Amino acid sequence: MKNARNLPFLATLIVFLVAYGLCTLQFPNMFSTRVIANLLSDNAFLGIVAVGMTFVILSGGIDLSVGSVIAFTSVFVAVLVGSFGLHPLTAFVLALVLSTLFGAGMGLMIRYLSIPPFVVTLAGMFLARGAAYLVSTQSVPITHPFFETIQGLYLRLPGGGRLTAMAMLMLVVFAVGALVASRTRFGANVYALGGNEQSAALMGVPVGRTIIGIYALSGFLSGLSGIAYTIYTSSGYSLATVGIELDAIAAVVIGGTLLTGGTGLVAGTLVGILIQGLIQTYIVFDGTLSSWWTKIVIGILLFAFIALQRAIIWYSNRRLADGASRGELRGAA
Amino acid sequence: MSSQSPLLEARNIGKSFLGIAALDGVDFTLQRGEIHALLGENGAGKSTLIKILTGVYRRDRGSIQLEGSEILPETVADAQALGIGTVYQEVNLLENLTVAENLYLGRQPRRFGLLDRKAMTAGAKTLLSRYGLDIDVNALLSSYSVAVRQIVAIARAVDLSGKVLILDEPTASLDGHEVEMLFTVLRQLKAEGLGIVIITHFLAQVYAVADRATVLRNGRLVGSRVLEGLPRMDLISMMLGRELLEIENDHAADHAVTTPAGDAPIRFEQYGRRGSVAPFDLSIRPGEVVGIAGLLGSGRSETAFLMFGIDRADSGQALIDGKPVQLSSPQAAIANGFGFCPEERKTDGIIGEFSVAENIALALQARDGWARPMSAKKQRALAQEFIRSLDIRPPDPDRPIKFLSGGNQQKAILARWLVTEPRLLILDEPTRGIDIGAHAEILKMIEKLCREGMALVVISSELEELTAVAHRVIVLSDRAHVAELKGADVTADNIMRAIATPATTEAA
Repeated sequence: MKNARNLPFLATLIVFLVAYGLCTLQFPNMFSTRVIANLLSDNAFLGIVAVGMTFVILSGGIDLSVGSVIAFTSVFVAVLVGSFGLHPLTAFVLALVLSTLFGAGMGLMIRYLSIPPFVVTLAGMFLARGAAYLVSTQSVPITHPFFETIQGLYLRLPGGGRLTAMAMLMLVVFAVGALVASRTRFGANVYALGGNEQSAALMGVPVGRTIIGIYALSGFLSGLSGIAYTIYTSSGYSLATVGIELDAIAAVVIGGTLLTGGTGLVAGTLVGILIQGLIQTYIVFDGTLSSWWTKIVIGILLFAFIALQRAIIWYSNRRLADGASRGELRGAA
Repeated sequence: MSSQSPLLEARNIGKSFLGIAALDGVDFTLQRGEIHALLGENGAGKSTLIKILTGVYRRDRGSIQLEGSEILPETVADAQALGIGTVYQEVNLLENLTVAENLYLGRQPRRFGLLDRKAMTAGAKTLLSRYGLDIDVNALLSSYSVAVRQIVAIARAVDLSGKVLILDEPTASLDGHEVEMLFTVLRQLKAEGLGIVIITHFLAQVYAVADRATVLRNGRLVGSRVLEGLPRMDLISMMLGRELLEIENDHAADHAVTTPAGDAPIRFEQYGRRGSVAPFDLSIRPGEVVGIAGLLGSGRSETAFLMFGIDRADSGQALIDGKPVQLSSPQAAIANGFGFCPEERKTDGIIGEFSVAENIALALQARDGWARPMSAKKQRALAQEFIRSLDIRPPDPDRPIKFLSGGNQQKAILARWLVTEPRLLILDEPTRGIDIGAHAEILKMIEKLCREGMALVVISSELEELTAVAHRVIVLSDRAHVAELKGADVTADNIMRAIATPATTEAA
């Protein structure tokens, strides 16, 4: 944790804690498990998709398709359950298989046609959105006992907060994501790719397999996020979650992951999500502020964090240059 | 040692690219416990040979035997698995990972399916302690100096491969102390029986660490010699491809007379840049050709970069007509009447998609600024004039320049600078990669420009070229100006002698 690469994460964590502290000073009621549980539940689908985005950005890529995939999944599930009478679980599995294959296909194109991720996933964004319209342009409500059961599941926290099933799902995704990133070869390869693809290849990283895996993972988590969104809203709507990919990217960057790849933590993204949720909650508590203030504050935070990352890189380079010029070399006598 | 079969033996290696031979019948033999220097100028075929040995390229013909059995590595991973590891000049490690992560990327120890970070830390520590390196292996690689990174790269390569270690210019960005640290490691590995191939431009380092040297030139084997007792002069003449029996230069005599006297209008005083070129004095008069000689990596091009403002000097000053000027950018140099034809014509000199006329007009446009665009008609008229006077073929100003031959491209670049009527024109390897006929024409043009009163600086690794056109020759060695030859002293023999004389500043 003493590494310079964890500094942005620590900075984000401090910003969140300080901001939360200030909020509770103004509105003591904000300091409750109820608020925290709601904050987690309301942002569950965003958090899930942001974990996938973290892997993509760590590898030096970008995935613009996630918002459309969420919308497609929600409409797809709603129509399968509502019009075709499939059991929700069957619909979930089908949706997850589709979204994972979709992501893997984009990874395949990025790798083997050497098209930049931005372009491939931009095309994927239009494609998935169009497919969602094709399934239904109407908002499709879902009434199914299974949905009601899941919506009724929650963990009662001390203080009256209700940690919903979706919030728990998000936390599990974050925990598994963090483990994969830090303790598996796949995770190590993702960081290596983000550092320098050519060097990584020379060092024996299976570049193709890793890239396809990364976008397949992002596709899978978009599908899962779509399912969470469907349960959260009890409906499927093809116009939903427009621009959510940008919220996810913002959460990842505010969480301390370098947009150029190679540096960052999955846990940071969780803090990024919490900061966004905190701003929304504050606006609700205040009651007079326009909800656009969320966007403004997030914009300012993004600028601040990107500047911070630059400053850290600049500082550590300078320290290194100083060390080298003083001839600080240990060992090898 | 001679009783054993060699560790690595390459026989009659050939490789062509698009019908042009990059390597032609080259033999290379590496023994166990040997440090073997691979030497040659640009385009000699060193990197092609290395890439064939390490599986980046496939050879067209010839055989490679490792420990007596034939090998044909098809990928870098193949070569690594066979036991051939490589460390490149730009260290091929990942700065965003820790030292331990770098050492174990792709082969991490695991427990219960998860990476065992404890084992990685311990393993990395043991691995590096062999090289006398006691550092925090969980710190980012980017927090260590290039020398440490270099040793980490070597540790990884040796641990992964362990028979042959190939180092491509490992010392290019190290200082004297760091070089010694690296050499200590290499000597230790040699004592352990590894075969080490090292590519470097620093002859002093070759003598300091290597046992044997193989010299390539123009894709062919010149020879392989034991370094102990081999005079530097012999090694340099192998690299530059000349016999010492001197053919007397007929130009030298009249050059002595034509050198004008008086204060030079363009002067550089103690001009230099740390880590690039040691401070030098240089004065150039109109109607004079100053040659710059030296081996590859001796600071030839760096001198030109400084003079043209591509690199900023951190010591000394430049004087024009007695007044100090700031050559802080190429624009500033152009404003002061300088022109520069770079060595890498294809990447630095021309814009391939642009027509001949547009390429010629480029420097003039840059001088005048974008606010005063030149009409297409004027560009063409200008181009027509130079196409005629320089005999550029085909004489079509609208043809994209990439379809012209190397010699004609070079003429077009020359034309570009001549349009701006420079006082000083710097030419870096003006005849590289062009055919014999065009070669002579370019040299003739240099002499003509010089007669018309232009000052020229010509950088070349072709000694004949320098002795033919230059009035004076500055000799560079190990990034410092070591000698200046004038008039009758400008002979290939003297230039080589000057290159061979070890620089007095060398600590190693």
